[in-house]
Amino acid sequence: MSGYAYYPGCSLLGTGKSYDESVRAVFEALGVPLQELENWNCCGATAYSSIDECTAFALAARNLALAHRRGDPILAPCPNCYLVLTKTQRYLEQYPEIRQRIVQTLERLGLNLGHDVPIRHPLQVLSETPGLEAIRQKIQKPLKGLRVAPYYGCLLARPYPIVEDPWNTTILEDFIRVTGAEVVPYAYRTRCCGGALTGVVREAGLRMVYILLREALRQGAQAVVTTCPLCQFNLEAFQDQALRKNGIQERIPVLYFTQLLGLALGLPPKKLGLHRHLIPFQPQRKALQEAVA
Amino acid sequence: MEIQRTIKYEAELDRQFAYEIAQSPGAETLFECIQCGACSAACPVSIYMDLTPRRVIAMTREGFKHEVLSSLTIWLCSSCYACTVECPVGIKVTDVMYALKQRAIKEGYGPRKVLTRLLAQSFFQAVKEDGRATERKVMLRLYRRAGLDHLIRMAPLGLKLWRTGRLSAFGTERIKNPAEVRTLLECLEEQEGGKSP
Repeated sequence: MSGYAYYPGCSLLGTGKSYDESVRAVFEALGVPLQELENWNCCGATAYSSIDECTAFALAARNLALAHRRGDPILAPCPNCYLVLTKTQRYLEQYPEIRQRIVQTLERLGLNLGHDVPIRHPLQVLSETPGLEAIRQKIQKPLKGLRVAPYYGCLLARPYPIVEDPWNTTILEDFIRVTGAEVVPYAYRTRCCGGALTGVVREAGLRMVYILLREALRQGAQAVVTTCPLCQFNLEAFQDQALRKNGIQERIPVLYFTQLLGLALGLPPKKLGLHRHLIPFQPQRKALQEAVA
Repeated sequence: MEIQRTIKYEAELDRQFAYEIAQSPGAETLFECIQCGACSAACPVSIYMDLTPRRVIAMTREGFKHEVLSSLTIWLCSSCYACTVECPVGIKVTDVMYALKQRAIKEGYGPRKVLTRLLAQSFFQAVKEDGRATERKVMLRLYRRAGLDHLIRMAPLGLKLWRTGRLSAFGTERIKNPAEVRTLLECLEEQEGGKSP
C-alpha cells in the first residue's frame, strides 16, 4: 500500500489543472498519502459511450486492472471519471458476457481485472481520513463571512451516489462550514450544468449555466463551490456570455472545494491554482470593502 | 399542392430495432415503460428536444427507427442521469440514449449541424492515438471539422485558457505505450467485426 492510486483524468491535466493542484496540496497538508496511478489512460468519458459501450468499458477496465495490480484504492476527483469507473465495475459484474470479453482482452496485455477495486472521491476520503473534526483543528485562516453556494453537479449524486442518501446529504456543505464560510440554500445543487453542451449546442448550454448562476446570485452567494472540472469550467468560462445575455452585470467566482479548504488550511493561493481562474477570487478584499462600506 | 401521408403504416415499422435496443446494457426493461413521463419531467434539456425522452422510449419500443435516430434529442442528452434515477420501472434512459447514439453514428444518421457527434468522434480518435484526451487537441479537431466560424468563435476563450496555463499550446498528453490501448480497442473491434466510426 502506497496510499491512494490517484487518478486525475484528462481534464485535471488541462482546464481543470487547479483542481489537480489543490487536491494534491490539501491531501499533503492533511497527511493523506496519494500517488498517481502510473500510466493510466482516459476513462472513456461520456463521449466514448456514444461510440461503443464495450470499448468504453475496456478503457475504464484497464485502469481498474492497473489499480488492482498496485493493490490500492482509486482516488478519482473528477465525477465523470468516478462515474465511468464505477459504472464499468458494476456493469462488468452484472453482464458476464461483456466481462468475459474484456477480461480476455486485458489478459493479452498481461493485466488482471480483479474484483471490486474501491473507487473513491476526495469528499468521501477526507470525511473519513482525517475526518471533519481533525480538519477543523487544522484550520488556520477561517473564511468568516464568505457566503458560498454548494454545487455537487450530477454524477456524485446519481446514479452511483458517493453517500447513502444523496437527496439529504450535506457532505459538501459540511466541508464548506469547516472552512468557516457560510452555506447559502442552493436548490440546484445537483442540477446539470449542461456538460459538453456549452461546446456543442451553445444555446442550450448557456441557458443551463445561466439558471445555475442566477440562483446562486439570488441567494447572495459570493462564490460557487464545485466538485467537478466540467462544472467549474462551464460556470466560469461561459459565465460572461450566459449572464451578459440576460442583462446581469455581477460575476461570481467558481472554486473547487479543495481550493476553499486549502485556503482555510492556510495554504498559499498559488499552490491551490487560484491564479488560473478567469474570475478572480479575492475574499479578503471583499470583506475589507464590506467593512468600509 | 403536394400532399403527403403523415402517418406510418404498421408494416413500415422496424420491430427488430426495438428488440436490438432493448438488448443493450441498461435497456432491458424498455418494454415495461408505463409512459408516465417522469423522465421528461426530470430532464433539464427536454425543453429543447424535438422528441421528449418519454416519446423517444415510446417510439423506440414501437419501431420508429428512422424518426428516433434522426431526432435532435439523442444529441442533446447531456448524460446527467436525472431520468435514469427517476424511472419507476428501472429503464436506464441515459443508457438507451447512448445505445441510440451508437446506432445513429454507425448507420450515418444525425443532423450535420449538431456537433455532439463530431465531438464523440474527435475524442475517440485522440484516445486511440494517445491513450489520453488532450483537451486542446480534441477541441481543435472538433472545431476544425465543424468549420472556421466555430474555430474563430472559440479563439478568445482558448487564448484566456492558454494564458492561465489551462490549455497547453503544443504538448500532447500521452501514456507511455499508447500501442497498449490501441491493442485493447482493436482486440474488441476484431471480436465485433470492425466497428470504429
